[in-house]
Amino acid sequence: MRKKTFPLGGIHLDKHKLTSSYPIVDAGLPDMVYIPIKQHIGAPSKILVQKGDKVKVGTLLADADGVVSADIHSSVSGEVVKIDDIIDADAYPETMIVIKVEGDEFEPDIDLSPDIIRDIPYSPAEIVDKIRRAGIVGMGGAGYPTPIKTTIPEGKKVDTLIVNGIECEAYLTADDRLMVEKAEEIIIGAKIINKALGIQNAIIAIDENKPEAIRILSDLSKKYVGVNVEVCQSKYPQGAEKQLIAAITGREVSPAKLPVDVGCIVQNVGTVFAVYEAVQKNKPLYERIVTISGDDAAENLGNYRVRIGTPASFIIAKSTSHPKHIGKIIFGGGMMGVSAVNMDAPLTKLTSGILLLNDKDAVKPPETACIRCAQCVDACPMGLRPFAIASAIKNNDFAELKRLHTLTCIECGSCAFVCPARIPLLDYCKLGKLEVKKQS
Amino acid sequence: MSVLLTGILVLGGIGLVAAIILHFVAQKFAVESNPRVQAVEKLLPGVNCGACGKAGCQDFARACASADIETFKGLYCSVGGNSVMQQIATLLGYKTPERDPTVAVLRCQGSCENAPSKFEFTGLKSCRLVARISTSQSECPYGCIRMGDCVRACKFGALHISPDTGLPVVDENKCVSCGACVAICPKKLFEIRPKGKDGKRVYVACRNQQKGAVARQNCKVACIGCMKCTKIVPSIKVQNNLSYIPTDVDAEKFGQELADTCPTSAIVYTGKKEQ
Repeated sequence: MRKKTFPLGGIHLDKHKLTSSYPIVDAGLPDMVYIPIKQHIGAPSKILVQKGDKVKVGTLLADADGVVSADIHSSVSGEVVKIDDIIDADAYPETMIVIKVEGDEFEPDIDLSPDIIRDIPYSPAEIVDKIRRAGIVGMGGAGYPTPIKTTIPEGKKVDTLIVNGIECEAYLTADDRLMVEKAEEIIIGAKIINKALGIQNAIIAIDENKPEAIRILSDLSKKYVGVNVEVCQSKYPQGAEKQLIAAITGREVSPAKLPVDVGCIVQNVGTVFAVYEAVQKNKPLYERIVTISGDDAAENLGNYRVRIGTPASFIIAKSTSHPKHIGKIIFGGGMMGVSAVNMDAPLTKLTSGILLLNDKDAVKPPETACIRCAQCVDACPMGLRPFAIASAIKNNDFAELKRLHTLTCIECGSCAFVCPARIPLLDYCKLGKLEVKKQS
Repeated sequence: MSVLLTGILVLGGIGLVAAIILHFVAQKFAVESNPRVQAVEKLLPGVNCGACGKAGCQDFARACASADIETFKGLYCSVGGNSVMQQIATLLGYKTPERDPTVAVLRCQGSCENAPSKFEFTGLKSCRLVARISTSQSECPYGCIRMGDCVRACKFGALHISPDTGLPVVDENKCVSCGACVAICPKKLFEIRPKGKDGKRVYVACRNQQKGAVARQNCKVACIGCMKCTKIVPSIKVQNNLSYIPTDVDAEKFGQELADTCPTSAIVYTGKKEQ
C-alpha cells in the first residue's frame, strides 16, 4: 500500500540524519543560564522573582500574562543574579532572567523516578490545569501555548489527535530519539491529551525514515486502545501542521482556519512527552532534547538533554574542539533554522537543534536571473507562485502580493531550495508577508 | 487584381461603418470632465509620487479644482514647489501661501565606523527583511541597516549609499521631499524638515532611545539624552533618552552652538564652519 503524504508540492531532501543512532545524553549544567521570559507566541510572561532570589529547579520564575502566554520555570538551582535585556540568537534584545548555578536541587513535588505511571486519574480540567502550570508550549517550533490546544473551543468538534513524529527537517533527530527511548511515555501522553479533549482516537504519524521508532511504537500501541501508528512518506514539509492533516485525514485546512475547524489537533511528540511528565510526574518544562549536528564541523555530534536557558556555546564546546571550522551556527534545522548572531544565546523551549555548518556549506551561491522554470511552483506545498511574489516585491506591487495570497506562505523554504537560479525566494516571501501585513 | 480590390473595399467599408457608429456612441456616452482638472494636471510634474497625500497627480488636480479658498490652502505639491502652486492658484483664481522648501534628512550617523556591523547578512539585501528577522546590522537596535531600501524607493535618484560610511546620502538638489523614504524605512530614520535659510538646518541625527551608557556603547555618535541642548534652546524636548529639535528652532542663530555643545556630536548643523 502506498504510504500517506500531502497532495500538493513538497520536496525530497537528503536529510543528513547523522545522529539518529546516538542515544540521548545529559548535557550537564552550565555555570550560568539565561532564561528569556518570552519563549512562546503571545504576551511575555510577568516576572515573579527579583535579583538575589534563591531558586530551585522547577521554581516558577514568570507567570503567564493572559491566555496566549506561558509560565516560565527555573531550569537550574541557584541565585538570580540579573534581570536584563540580553541579545538573543536573532540579535534581538530580550528580557532574560540570569541564574548562577549552585548545586542541583529540585522542587520537592517533582517526581524524578524512572517508573512509568500508566493510570490517568485526573479529570480533563485538572489535566489542562497541570499543563498550564507546567508552562508547556508547542515544542515543534511554533511555541503556541499547549493549554489552548487541549481545550476545544465552544461549538467546535474534534475527532482526531495527531501526534507529530514526522521531523521532516534536515539534520534534526531529537524527536526520533525521543520516540525510540520514551515510546510508552509518548503513548500515555497521547492518552492524557485525548482524555482532556474527550476523544478516543490518536494517530502517531511517523516518517518512513525512522524504522526503529516505527517498530517500537507500533508494537507498543497494540497494547493501547485508540492509539495507532501511521507511517508517512518521507517528504518535506510533511511535519507542517496543515500538510500533516492533509496527509493523514485528507482534510484541507483553509488559510484563515485552524486545524480544530476540521476536527483535528496536532501535537508534536516533544510536547506530548512534556505533557506526560507534567501530568504524571509534576515536572514543569525545564529541559528538552536538542540535536547537535553538522557535516565535518564537529566531531561529537549527538542528542542532548539540555536545561532551558543553557548558552549555545556551552553545548558547542562539548561537541567540537575546533570551532574555527564552523561557518555558521544555525538554531533549528537545515531548512527553517535561523543562523545565530550570538554564540552565547540561550536555548529555549523551541530550540530543537543546533546545526553547525562548516565554512564551505555556509557560503550562499550567487543569485542569477529567473529562467521561468516554475520549479518553485511545483515545490510549494501551499500552491503559491514564489517567483511571482519575488517579482511583485521587486516592482513594489503590493496589491499584487495580496492577490498572490502571500500570507498563506508557511516559510518552509522549499522554493528557495529547488531554485536552480539560487534566488532567495524564501526571503522574498517573508518580505512579502511583512508588506501585506503592513498594508492591512 | 479584383480580389485585391474587393478586399480593400470590404475591409475599408467595415472600417467606415464602425467609425461612424463609434463617432455617435462616443458623443452619446461622453464622460463630462472638468476642463479645470485637465488644466491643473498639465501644470503638475506628473510623477505620481503621492507626496501630496493623494493617489496621484490627477487625483491632486481633481482636489484642487473642487477646492474652495480655505481647503486650497491645505494642498501642496512639494515636487513642483512654490512656483507650480503659484501657477495653479493663478489659474483657479485663488491665493496660496508661500511655503518653505523641505528636504528629507537622515536621523542616524551610525556609519560602518561609528556603529560596526555585528554580523554579515547573506540573504536578500533588504532593510525591511533584516529588521524583521533581526533588529539591525549594527549593535544599535534603532540605527540604519545600511541595505538601501530607501535608495530603491526613491523615484528621483536623490539617494545613494555612501561607500565610505555605508549610510544613505540625500542629494539636496534632487530631493523633492515626497516622503517615499520616510514610508519605507523600517527604522523610521528619515524626516521631512524645512531646508532652512541658505540650506542651514539643525537636527538630532539619532533615534536611539536606549539609556545613555548603552547607546554610547552601541554607537559613538548616539544621542545620550544629556539635556545639554535644552539649556541652549528650551523648546527642545528630550523624551525616552532622545532629544528632538523642533523644526521652528532658528538654525542660523543656535545651530553652531548646539552642534558644538553636543558631547557625542549627535546634533548635526549643516551650516557648520570648517575649522
